[in-house]
Amino acid sequence: MDALEIRLKVNGEPRSWRVAPGDVLLDVLRRENYFGVKRGCETGECGACTVLLDGKAVNSCLVFAAQAHGCDIVTIEGLARGDRLHPIQEAFLDAGAVQCGFCTPGMVLNTKAFLEQCPQPTEAEARQALAGNYCRCTGYKKPVEAVMAAAANFGLGISDCGFQPRKKSEIRNPQSAIKRGRR
Amino acid sequence: MSGTYNVVGKRVRKVDGVKLVTGRATFTDDIHIPGLLYGKILPSPHAHAVIKRIDAGKARALAGVVAVLTWKDVPRVPHTTAGQSWPEPSPYDTYLLDRKVRFVGDRVAAVAAESRALAEEALRLIEVEYQVLPAIVDMEQADAPGAPAIHDEPDSTGIHDAARNIAGFIRKDLGNVDQGFAAADFILEGEYRTQRQQHCSLEPHVTIAWLDEDNRLVIRSSTQVPFHARRQVAMILQLPVQRVHVIKPRIGGGFGGKQEMLLEDICGALALAARRPVKMELSRREEFFMSRSRHPHRLRVKIGVKRDGTVVANHMAVLATTGAYGSHCNTVQGNTGQKVLPLYRSPNIRFECKVVYTNMPVAGAFRGYGCPQGFFAMESLADEVAERLGLDPVEFHTRNVIRKGDIDELSAVLGEGRKGLPRHIRSCGLPECIERGAAAIGWNEKRKQHEVPGKPQLRRGAGMACSMQGSAIAGVDWASALLRMNEDGSFHLQVGATDLGTGSDTVLAQIAAETLGVTLDKITVTSSDTDVTPFDVGAYASSTTIISGGAVKKTAEKVRAQILEVASRLLETPGRQLSCGDNRVTAAAGKSVTMAEVAMHAMYKDKRHIIENASHFNTDSPPPFCAQFAEVEVDTATGKVRVVELVTAVDCGAAINPQLAEGQAEGAAAQGLGLALSEEMLFDAAGRMRNPSFTDYKMFGPQDMPKLTTILVPTEEPLGPYGAKSIGEVPINGVAPAVANAIYNAVGVRIRELPIRPERVLCALREKDAGLATV
Repeated sequence: MDALEIRLKVNGEPRSWRVAPGDVLLDVLRRENYFGVKRGCETGECGACTVLLDGKAVNSCLVFAAQAHGCDIVTIEGLARGDRLHPIQEAFLDAGAVQCGFCTPGMVLNTKAFLEQCPQPTEAEARQALAGNYCRCTGYKKPVEAVMAAAANFGLGISDCGFQPRKKSEIRNPQSAIKRGRR
Repeated sequence: MSGTYNVVGKRVRKVDGVKLVTGRATFTDDIHIPGLLYGKILPSPHAHAVIKRIDAGKARALAGVVAVLTWKDVPRVPHTTAGQSWPEPSPYDTYLLDRKVRFVGDRVAAVAAESRALAEEALRLIEVEYQVLPAIVDMEQADAPGAPAIHDEPDSTGIHDAARNIAGFIRKDLGNVDQGFAAADFILEGEYRTQRQQHCSLEPHVTIAWLDEDNRLVIRSSTQVPFHARRQVAMILQLPVQRVHVIKPRIGGGFGGKQEMLLEDICGALALAARRPVKMELSRREEFFMSRSRHPHRLRVKIGVKRDGTVVANHMAVLATTGAYGSHCNTVQGNTGQKVLPLYRSPNIRFECKVVYTNMPVAGAFRGYGCPQGFFAMESLADEVAERLGLDPVEFHTRNVIRKGDIDELSAVLGEGRKGLPRHIRSCGLPECIERGAAAIGWNEKRKQHEVPGKPQLRRGAGMACSMQGSAIAGVDWASALLRMNEDGSFHLQVGATDLGTGSDTVLAQIAAETLGVTLDKITVTSSDTDVTPFDVGAYASSTTIISGGAVKKTAEKVRAQILEVASRLLETPGRQLSCGDNRVTAAAGKSVTMAEVAMHAMYKDKRHIIENASHFNTDSPPPFCAQFAEVEVDTATGKVRVVELVTAVDCGAAINPQLAEGQAEGAAAQGLGLALSEEMLFDAAGRMRNPSFTDYKMFGPQDMPKLTTILVPTEEPLGPYGAKSIGEVPINGVAPAVANAIYNAVGVRIRELPIRPERVLCALREKDAGLATV
């Protein structure tokens, strides 16, 4: 099949890639060394391949690479500033929310998108926000605690990492920040 | 914990946490290898068939296809895929590729091609003519007269009775069971069934194999058992062990599913045939039925008690199926008896078990290793016994459960696939687990509060269950560690132990740091590389903390002795007056040297490397204990069960890292809830799986979880490093029976089959209403 050229930004860096029309964003990102994008199911069910596409959490296994043309993508590799971790990453480590770590990139990115929409969630909202991320290790208790701890830090460290809280008028119903209404 | 420690017992961050949370390339598949081929298995479409003819000519002719293997192209070496110590107690009934297929998904052929699409295309071009045979999908039909023999090949060994499809068989008595029951005032019996559950590690099985510059076969794999995999691959591919190098990078969860040599052999064979690197990865769909699962059980349990509540006899009879191959078949089911029945201090115990072959996906090791099935049955029936005696279940358990000072003789009778050893209970926090767990859930109130205000169709109730496990296989599991000191006073710890997300690298580093008197950041851990690290059986049987940790502690003590010897010369003070701590060696008088000064002196003045290794094993398997309490809400209109709260009170000895220990308990709770209520592999009559996806196979997600409360009840285990036992498996055991007993407390029906789907509850409620109570 003929290759297409796509231009996009990944973690702030301009990229130009040749892809086939059927190439899936997950595969292309991994091919381009963004290994933090994990392959857990390839059917949009597990959330391990979550990336932020123009700020919105998406399953990259369900997006054609060509659809990302002109978009801003953030992968887990784009969160830390050098050795300085993003506060959500710190919160996940402090809470003990990382066990095998395979679902962690997706959870962290989903948390980032969620907290930008809903900076002061209830625990139930945080649970609902993670509903698209399966984890087989933690029982979700510590990941939810990490989301709540990160939310508590909102406005302290988070904005230092380019994590801009939206104006109150822009904050939508938290339900709308949930990327996948799986159940 | 008796002593006060600086690193052990602390909630420190995982040593591999930063690379995981930043998504650095750490997992098996996070690597680009030039010239990598994509390997793929042609799965059998039939549950039972003989390959009459197989022609791979068209596949081989396809441009971009580099290797195709059928049974004609590979050595025929009977083996087991179970990642167990040699000699494995599982039958040798499996072949790299065979001319017979025994379940839907069994290997027919394998290809390696330039891309995944080409590999899939090549599979379609392989022409196979099958002679379809009658299939056995129901384990209760497996040994019926006239049933087709699944393993009729002459060269398999270790099968109990191949002609009757009986893979394994156990019948053992402790004491005099018949006399025991004759002396009982009450005898209660029940039949229970448990389902086929899948591990669902978020990372599927993936293996990459290549020949290195010395022509050695390198296998980078998501395995819990790198050293067993090396030995088994060498045997199957007829290579010297010397020519096989297995690397375990970070692993995305295992839970027993990777205690299995699953892709390493066929991927290695393809790499040898292609003379190119080959990657094989199961898709999520394939992961469900082409990897491993929990053995389904039918359990018949009988308990005899005296009027005063004393248990005098127990009898458990298990029928299980191992599917098409006997991986772990003797040991999982043996464990059902060995770890479940000694919970009660009954002098008379009988355990019988028959494990049959069926033309179904292969069962294997899965967290709990036969115990979740056994405890579901035993603890459900114990609840009935307590009711019959008019005792609160808390009281019944407190009176009858095993305690410190007891000797579990059943372990000696049963063993783990070989002659066993008795278990001396040197630490037991179970009474405290029961007491604190009951208090945490508000047992006395919740047992009586059934109404939900304003919602008459909802009924609440509480239930409990106790359980135990082991800490490694006594006399079998062993590990070694290697520890060396660097110029800057840091240390490199090399262990064969296999961190699959459990945090064992962290726990082992904590043990090393504590023993050496240094901070955790001074320890660098390299684990699980058969070229680099010393031997370890791998991550299974709740063994890593106690066995690998024991090896690390021994090793660190030897290194510490060397450090003190050098420091004693530097400080001109006898070694016995020196202490290690805070990255220094300090004399009683207050003089001190840094670890870096000690290392520099040893290396550049003494010309010697401070380096040690040690191996470790135990002849006993100290059990961790658990008491679990569930509060449920049953919708009597729909039968739906919602778990409101689950309390897990667990005695894992002294927790080396309480945060990681809690994480194990919480993860086990989620898997246990899935086992109790939602997870089940479903099949059609032809043995094809009907729900191989996360949408149709329902695990608990974050929004499904109840409130989880974890209580670590500390005890001091003399056989464990710093008093530790184990935590990985035991908290899954009591979830299902605690939930089932809570349902009974709420609505008065006993559900004896897992998972407890709404329709099972609803049917039971209707039968009860019709006066046909299932009690």
